[in-house]
Amino acid sequence: MSEREVFFEIKDLEVSYGSIDAIKGISLEVRKGEIVTILGANGAGKTTTMRTISQLLKAKAGSIMFKGVDLTKVPAHKIVSMGVSQSPEGRRVFGILTVEENLLLGAYTQKKVNRETLKWVYELFPRLEERRKQLAGTLSGGEQQMLAIGRALMSDPEVLLLDEPSLGLAPILVKAIFKQIREIANKGVTVLLVEQNAKAALQLADRGYVLDVGKIVLTGTSAELLASEKVQEAYLGKKH
Amino acid sequence: MDIFLQQLANGLTIGSMFALVALGYTMVYGVMKLINFAHGDMVAASAFVGLTVYTQVMGQATSLAAVVVIFLLTAAIMACVGIVLERVAYRPLREAPRLSAVVSALGASLVIQNGIMLIWGPRMKIFPELVPQVYWDLGGVVISLIQVLILGLSLVLMVGLYLFVEKTRMGAAVRASSIDQDAARLMGINVNSIIALIFIIGSSLGAIGGLFIGLYYRGITFNMGWQYGLYAFIAAILGGIGNIPGAMLGGMLLGLFNAFIAGYVSSTWADAFTFILLIVILIVRPTGLLGERVAEKV
Ligand SMILES: Nc1ncnc2c1ncn2[C@@H]1O[C@H](COP(=O)(O)OP(=O)(O)OP(=O)(O)O)[C@@H](O)[C@H]1O
Ligand SMILES: [Mg+2]
Repeated sequence: MSEREVFFEIKDLEVSYGSIDAIKGISLEVRKGEIVTILGANGAGKTTTMRTISQLLKAKAGSIMFKGVDLTKVPAHKIVSMGVSQSPEGRRVFGILTVEENLLLGAYTQKKVNRETLKWVYELFPRLEERRKQLAGTLSGGEQQMLAIGRALMSDPEVLLLDEPSLGLAPILVKAIFKQIREIANKGVTVLLVEQNAKAALQLADRGYVLDVGKIVLTGTSAELLASEKVQEAYLGKKH
Repeated sequence: MDIFLQQLANGLTIGSMFALVALGYTMVYGVMKLINFAHGDMVAASAFVGLTVYTQVMGQATSLAAVVVIFLLTAAIMACVGIVLERVAYRPLREAPRLSAVVSALGASLVIQNGIMLIWGPRMKIFPELVPQVYWDLGGVVISLIQVLILGLSLVLMVGLYLFVEKTRMGAAVRASSIDQDAARLMGINVNSIIALIFIIGSSLGAIGGLFIGLYYRGITFNMGWQYGLYAFIAAILGGIGNIPGAMLGGMLLGLFNAFIAGYVSSTWADAFTFILLIVILIVRPTGLLGERVAEKV
């Protein structure tokens, strides 16, 4: 795994909201085909990081290198066509549009909608095909999450950013969705997964970073993190 | 019966003008959640720009081709003014509190109104007779060529806009941007260009509305944007602000309502009744007739 090339790398990233520093100089790298997770408690800065990668927020300092380009210099609407797409926190599906309209918007940057990808998304999440004509806002929370992931896949990304896909879902649904994330990675899509649900995330991911109030405090393979006392105490509810 | 049909024809005519102007309010509100108070004054400016294009550029020609050019050129000029308006008055305040943008909108309204006065003077101007005075007497109901033209062209434009928004890729980007701008950016949509596009469409439809006002009422004044703008704004609220078919429906209904009050009660009461109608509708349906569409599911 560690032999693969690093093709996505965050270096000394700093992000602030006005005078509040939310990200205080973090660095991380992702290799092609990996699933990497960023763990952290509420307010750690996970969403801030994801939004900065997609350029919805502008970095104060540092770089986000992807295929030789610094994404911090790229406008938000060009990030998707560079190969980086995101399923944001809270899903943010277009509620008054149908499921299929949402998916087609995911392919907005494509000259032509890739029918193969649409077929694949429907294979990953058959529920979405059954509900193609239904308004996205009337889907259940789990279905909306599937739609948000499917929508992000429609641009045929090389890097898929997932911000808390387990949020508010029953454990059985989390399991089903995480299984499909593995499936997506197996197809060669690199995944950067933000989670509070550390156990589920570490079972899925190859490696992880632990973020705490804007700083990375721990990093390692999933096995190492699962075994680490710090992670067990803080995120897995085990006392030693 | 004659009064009814006559006022129906008149109502549909003024209704289409309201609707065209209302679309500008509703589309900008849809994407930016901002009432562009300068829109009415843009509409007024269009009539004056049309007048100048007629005298200065077209050498007072009134052939069909000349009229088409006057319409297209005026719409294009106002589209450019619309882009500048957005850049100067609204874009710098995108992240600012709502109230700042409202103040900026009111300021822009005054600037445009005074601009018209400075360029064309404070006195009423007479809009040229671009369309021949042809009337048809259909058994007691008199319909003019101008009315047919206004209604016909408005319908074509509205259907075109509807198809654009509902059926095209760019229309989908407009809808996505009006639902959730950040989510739209995550789709790779350039929301800034969509906003510029909205101002282009809204301003050119408003320009055509302004030319219609000139053609229909003939007398144009620098401050008429306030009155027509207010009516169109009410039409947009009536139909459900942010909702495109709503603005069309609201405009038509408001035109008909006005015409019938003028026909059966008195035209001096039309304004008062219009506001009563607005208040009643807002009490019964706070989100307007077609409402802001929300697919609720908690
Ligand atoms: N728009 C904002 N304005 C000011 N501060 C913000 C804003 N958004 C986030 N913050 C602050 O930045 C910090 C990091 O927030 P962020 O949303 O990135 O956390 P998170 O790790 O995603 O948390 P959660 O697990 O709750 O989603 C928090 O202290 C938060 O209060
Ligand atoms: Mg978050």
